Amino acid sequence: MYDVIIVGSGAGGGMATKVLADAGLKIAVVEAGPYFDPAAPEQRTQLKWPYESPRRGASNRRPFGDFDSAYGGWDIEGEPYTQKDDTRFDWFRSRMLGGRTNHWGRISLRFGERDFKHKSYDGHGDDWPIGYEDVKPYYDKVDKLIGVFGSKENFENEPNGFFLPPPKPRLHELFYIKGARKSNIPVIPSRMSMLTKKINDDRGICFYCGQCSRACSVYADFSSGTCLIFPAQKNGGQIDLFTNAMVREVTTNTEGKATGVSYINKEDRKEYKLKGRVVVLAASACSSARILLNSKSEQHPNGLGNSSDHVGKYLHDSTGASRSAFIPELMNRDTYNEDGVGGMHVYTPWWGDNKKLNFPRGYHIEVWGGLGMPSYGFGFNPNDLNRFFNQKVGGYGNSLRSDIKKYYGSTIGMAGRGESIAMKDNYCEIDPTTVDAFGIPVLRFNYKWSEYEVNQAKHMNDTFEEIVHNMGGTLLQNAPSKESNYGLENPGRIIHEVGTTRMGNDPATSVVNKFQQLHDVDNVFIVDAGPFVSQADKNPTWTILALSWRASDYIIEQLKQQNI
Amino acid sequence: MDRRDSLKSMFLGSLGTGLMLSGCTTDIAPPDPQIAKAADNYFGRTPEELKLIEELNEDQFFNTHEMETLETLCALILPANENYGSATDAGVPAFIEFIVKDMPYYQTPIRGGLMWLDHTANTKFNAEFKETPEGNQKIILDSIAYPNRDKPGWEQPLEIQFFTTMRNLTMTGYYTSKMGLEDLGYKGNQPNIWDGVPEEVLQKHGVSYDPEWIKKCINQDERGVIAEWDEDGNLLT
Repeated sequence: MYDVIIVGSGAGGGMATKVLADAGLKIAVVEAGPYFDPAAPEQRTQLKWPYESPRRGASNRRPFGDFDSAYGGWDIEGEPYTQKDDTRFDWFRSRMLGGRTNHWGRISLRFGERDFKHKSYDGHGDDWPIGYEDVKPYYDKVDKLIGVFGSKENFENEPNGFFLPPPKPRLHELFYIKGARKSNIPVIPSRMSMLTKKINDDRGICFYCGQCSRACSVYADFSSGTCLIFPAQKNGGQIDLFTNAMVREVTTNTEGKATGVSYINKEDRKEYKLKGRVVVLAASACSSARILLNSKSEQHPNGLGNSSDHVGKYLHDSTGASRSAFIPELMNRDTYNEDGVGGMHVYTPWWGDNKKLNFPRGYHIEVWGGLGMPSYGFGFNPNDLNRFFNQKVGGYGNSLRSDIKKYYGSTIGMAGRGESIAMKDNYCEIDPTTVDAFGIPVLRFNYKWSEYEVNQAKHMNDTFEEIVHNMGGTLLQNAPSKESNYGLENPGRIIHEVGTTRMGNDPATSVVNKFQQLHDVDNVFIVDAGPFVSQADKNPTWTILALSWRASDYIIEQLKQQNI
Repeated sequence: MDRRDSLKSMFLGSLGTGLMLSGCTTDIAPPDPQIAKAADNYFGRTPEELKLIEELNEDQFFNTHEMETLETLCALILPANENYGSATDAGVPAFIEFIVKDMPYYQTPIRGGLMWLDHTANTKFNAEFKETPEGNQKIILDSIAYPNRDKPGWEQPLEIQFFTTMRNLTMTGYYTSKMGLEDLGYKGNQPNIWDGVPEEVLQKHGVSYDPEWIKKCINQDERGVIAEWDEDGNLLT
């Protein structure tokens, strides 16, 4: 009998593991994938060279390339999902200890005051039942426990934090700053969870290989295993890790209270049960919704926690559109080690006034470029940029060597990541016609972007074009058309899906209360991004971590008071 | 000294930060040295991924004649210069042999393209492509190496598409090889301390750092000092 069973070991599950185990509770962590430690030589991809992969790092097997640390992807053999009508929702899953925190971009942004109360501000969606002041103490604790670099900017709706100092900008980032500022678009140092400075004796300091997507072997970036679960184990926590264990449902008793979970052991393909006083779901927004919907019983005929019929509803992902450009002033570069941290050193937070625009919510801009390490695809069309100088394209021989050097590091890219409005009609549900390889009914998605998201994508493209023009550059692709939604990515593509078990004070219109406890069953909690009422133009991880810590503190208090 | 050792010496030696490199948890057993050795060859593969690579390596797609033609062709696309070898010297034909098995959509276009080279050489010069003198080989390549800039790739004649594919795979194979990375001058993928763009590079490209921005950035001399803040989030250390 466990005090708490935690389903999933990503950001939310890892934080719950750390907080609950540190409080002395006996914990089971149930993870659908294998054990993973980026320091283990047999699992390490960091500092490998492209030629160590026979496909030179190509992305035909792992979606973000052979060296990316995610075990999983958009399509996993034996684990299908289906689409309703013409929906095209892309669902990324990482099956491994630490989940998607092993490969994510580490962009670690707090939601601001407005992000929790956006309906009061613009009339769209719903307000959260909590505000920034409720979450701030936890954001502060997360900053200090895990480490995030950034700078105090006193920027509207971008709260300050306890930051480590950021790294200096790269060359192309200086060009971006110049180009953006010319149009009064702000640029500030990035806010990302890599240790530019030591925060404790257990974790290493960033050595600037730029490979955070490969997971860090000295634990200098945040991932749930390295920064939460391993430290909780080291701290003497009573933690049993169940890996390759795919949870099917939450089991309940005749009073309708949760008694534990049932899971399929992927190794022997048999079903097992675990008993616990409290069940914490942290399987990811869509997976937790799936588990609830599949947990049908006499007491919960519509699925667990689903008396409101809201489980799966209000699914929403960040919007995304991107462009790349050629900057002639960045040609003929001297080479030096410009790897830096994984991802960007500078970014643009949302600066606009939506009251003057034809879309209600903002977006931030991410930037890429520089003297990156070649992998499969580098050197394709080596002198294609000749067309901008009206010179011949193609050929063969040693002139290709000079073409490569001439253009190396001369292109940059920009990506907009924006907030969409949560809508009840965008949802995931159980597809009764399909099961996965473990016999568990799968999810079916129904999702349509609204005009707001499409208008926002158009604005992103207009902004990119203006900045590139200011940099003296040329866009590499034509502007995307209205028919293509201005390049707006499929929902799910930004891997920020949230909202499927949203929190609220009213049990008729929400799934969990403000402490992420099911309205229907008081010993089940959800600590992934399912409880998000709205998603903000921020990456969700830092908020998942803060809210999971807050919910875990509440669980400890409720157990102490013997309320659950 | 392997990379792990050099990493260790850099951080334990020159900076003295006391980093633990082989995992921070005491309850994880140190890896079996045999596994670690295999891991060096297999770059963090899962057992399923490893099996797939082994299966692909067991097959041979191109026959000897085709492999020899690839060797000739890759060395024409990127020949040796005074400092570096050709794409063939850098092992590109073997890379292409693997890629066509891993990405089977390449198989027929490349195989057909190689046959096109032979047919054209036989017709024009009465010899296989690899046997005809370099001057003749270049006459053939000149007719397919320069796509029309104004037409998308898929509208180009097949032999031109074939050559574009071969140039792409040759270039990517070369620049992801040890030789090619050195030729390119890529300096990364090793532990270092990023402290901004070198001054002469800033000058060459006509940009400079804004002193207000730099004030916010990490002072790398203090990276090893544990961070502490006042209650307003101002860094004290």
